Amino acid sequence: MKMFLFALGLAIAVPGMAQAREVTFTTQLLKYRGDGAYVALYLTDAAGRYEKTLWVAGKKSKYYKHLSGWARGSGLDPAEYDGIAGASVTSGRTLKVTLDLDDALIDKGYVVRVDTAVEDKRDHRAEVAVPLTSDGSGKPVAGDGYVRSFRYDF
Amino acid sequence: MLRKIHGLPGLFAAIFLMTLAVTGAILSLVPAMDRAATLIPAAGEVSVAELAGRVVDHYPGAEQIVRGASGGVIVYYNRDGQPGADLVNPLTGEGMAPYEPSAFFIWIKDLHRSFLLDSPGRMLAGLMAVVMLLVCISGTLLLVRRTGGWRALLRPFTGSGSTRIHAELARFAILGLLLSALTGGYMSALRFGLLPEPPETGPTFPAEVSGGQPAPVATLAALSDIDLGELRELVFPYPDDRQDAYSLTTSEGAGFVDQATGELLKFQPRAAASVFQKWMVRLHTGEGLWWLGLVLGATALTVPALSLTGITVWWRRRRSSAQLANNVSISRADAIILVGSENNATWGFARELQSGLNKAGIQVHCSEMNALAETYPQASMLFILTSTYGDGDAPASARRFMSRLAYFRGGETLRYAVLGFGDKQFSTFCQFALEVDAALAAKGLSRIHKIELIDRCSGTQFNQWGGRISELIGRPLSLSYEPLPPATVTLELVERADYGVAVQAPTSILRFRQSRLGRSWWQAFFKASRGSLPDFEAGDLLGVMPPGGHSPRLYSLASSTSDGVIEICVRKQPDGLCSGFLHQLKRGDRIEGFIRQNPGFRPAVGSAPVILIGAGAGIGPLTGFIRKNTRRNPMFLYWGGRSPQSDFLYQPELGCYLEDHRLTGLNTAFSRSVEHAYVQDKLMEDQVAVRQMIERGAQILVCGGRGMASGVRLVLDEIVRPLRIDVETLRSRGQYLEDVY
Repeated sequence: MKMFLFALGLAIAVPGMAQAREVTFTTQLLKYRGDGAYVALYLTDAAGRYEKTLWVAGKKSKYYKHLSGWARGSGLDPAEYDGIAGASVTSGRTLKVTLDLDDALIDKGYVVRVDTAVEDKRDHRAEVAVPLTSDGSGKPVAGDGYVRSFRYDF
Repeated sequence: MLRKIHGLPGLFAAIFLMTLAVTGAILSLVPAMDRAATLIPAAGEVSVAELAGRVVDHYPGAEQIVRGASGGVIVYYNRDGQPGADLVNPLTGEGMAPYEPSAFFIWIKDLHRSFLLDSPGRMLAGLMAVVMLLVCISGTLLLVRRTGGWRALLRPFTGSGSTRIHAELARFAILGLLLSALTGGYMSALRFGLLPEPPETGPTFPAEVSGGQPAPVATLAALSDIDLGELRELVFPYPDDRQDAYSLTTSEGAGFVDQATGELLKFQPRAAASVFQKWMVRLHTGEGLWWLGLVLGATALTVPALSLTGITVWWRRRRSSAQLANNVSISRADAIILVGSENNATWGFARELQSGLNKAGIQVHCSEMNALAETYPQASMLFILTSTYGDGDAPASARRFMSRLAYFRGGETLRYAVLGFGDKQFSTFCQFALEVDAALAAKGLSRIHKIELIDRCSGTQFNQWGGRISELIGRPLSLSYEPLPPATVTLELVERADYGVAVQAPTSILRFRQSRLGRSWWQAFFKASRGSLPDFEAGDLLGVMPPGGHSPRLYSLASSTSDGVIEICVRKQPDGLCSGFLHQLKRGDRIEGFIRQNPGFRPAVGSAPVILIGAGAGIGPLTGFIRKNTRRNPMFLYWGGRSPQSDFLYQPELGCYLEDHRLTGLNTAFSRSVEHAYVQDKLMEDQVAVRQMIERGAQILVCGGRGMASGVRLVLDEIVRPLRIDVETLRSRGQYLEDVY
């Protein structure tokens, strides 16, 4: 879709057609002692109901249950995270994920949540929960677990 | 081959294995420390509901309660937006201390499982587990081969030095090391997907929860049913989210608990595969099995010592099998020397034989017995020098000899002589050499000379054999095998007590101290390590250099390092060069001597009775054993002399030992007294008691002349016959040791 728009050289809003926007999620971790962190980025609606998975860092599905908010929402159905999972994030590193998101998800009360877990340390459910809004773009927020700062940009 | 499988990986992996072992040993302390820091309520005393209720009283922002394998309860909570974790008292729910995993142990754990190198390091660690497994298995097989059977592994080992230390440590540690390597390898294989991992995602969130008013956690029925001992983890529902539920993990499985009704939802028992996996992890880490952790830690600590002694043994073997000079090819050799050797001691003799033959103008080809050719076209002499391994097996460099012999064509002119090397203490003395000799004869070859057997690398015996060979082949052959001369120290006679002159058996107890004379302080300082005696124990040997450059004579020591003197008991032999020299020593005179360890002649540790049997000067080391018996184990001495008035050696000391119970019973026999008895007679008189003690595992140590020893063996055979065993059985069990001369 995006390629198509670039090929035309101009952005024409086609009525009735779903618009997508490229959004970059940047999650910087604190320096902590321990193994790589498992991180789940996902969207919920305003009532906290799971909508969709954005990204899962960490490859061993047997640890996914420790990302409990996300695990509950996604039902840990592999179809929910196929192709959007990668390596765990080690202490102090930054996870940067760029995705095309449907415009219909922005400024509609949807919330980006971040669950984190580290082996032998505590789990943090929704340590970050920020509404996905145009105003919020580019504004870093701190998590209350392993996340030093989180922001999204579009 | 087995030896290569054992040695090469061990050598290359030594550093890594040592790292794994030392870090593993440190980590093994964790379960025990956790356990010590934990309060564990009795089973049935506290339910999960009770615990959760108490915890919530103290931690309104509790998010998660985790019960560790060691029983410690941790609460994760949020207070005013600040996350925290505390160790809590399971009885009261009160916080005991902040929970912070030790940075040191995290670092050690990281070093242990990945050498701090993340994934590649983890792979290396997994590989090391496989190496360890390989080394353990091959090492066990080597040990079985060396000791002569699986059952022999449980008996005392013989031998000395690094080889002995290596074997003893390995025997102690083998099961622990195998378990650690096996479970570690399993964990690594799981991680890298080499083994299928049990799917362990747990149940999915229930589609329907009641959504009612949340009840206090302490009242939830499903949680009241579960004992604290079964809890693994309880995750609290999200605050103010009525659609959420408690998620619960127990030792039985995982599920959810409705926060309003307290009903257990979607409980999923653990799969058998995941139970198995959990056990493998527990067996590796000792989690919740603190005692096993400590045992595994102790066995891991042997790895550095095993590595170092292993390398020492390997290095020594390598060094002494260095290339022989003046070796001509098979086709040109007049004489062939084939060597069968396990630890390369025999090669020294082969080298001496080769140089002797060379001096006589004979072209020699020397190689290991495994390299037996199909034929030796030029050769007229074949010398086979071989030791015997373990229970009569071929040593390493001769293992393929017998099978190659089938293809061997001797020819008309080739004659042979076999020389066996061994230790008469073993019942299978030179067994393999005898078999080789017989096999060559069966092949139709004729002998140059009958087989001769050399006891304990005796140079004298070897040189005499050379003289006989020289006559038989009609060529001048002079062999003078000298083992590397031992480093000696100067000893000064400080005390002597003389006995037995009146009965024509002059015997003296001589006590020496290391001479300090002629050593200035700086010599003492710089030569301290080189010029001082190693530690020794009663039963070890003192080598004495007689004057005139003759080869050293060995005397059994009656004292240990801790006694502060070097004590020997010497009977003056008629025309004895060295005993004569020792007997004329006056206080203050000095001799040159060295210590040779003799760990094969020592009472076993333990509380089984010990029966000491000796005659004449053989009482020396036996008295030393009694002196060391400060644990007051039952110890009986049978000793034979000539006359109680003249040669009752150590009479006052033995009296003291009887009084303070280091010696339980003393039975003497004097051949020139009225009773005219020998030590064998005394044993026979006590046969019932002796037999009972042997049945209870008593150990017998015999020291003295050969004649006495064979007499004792006959009597003992008689005594143990009702048990359907003989002295050889006892010897193979390590229950019968002798030191005879």
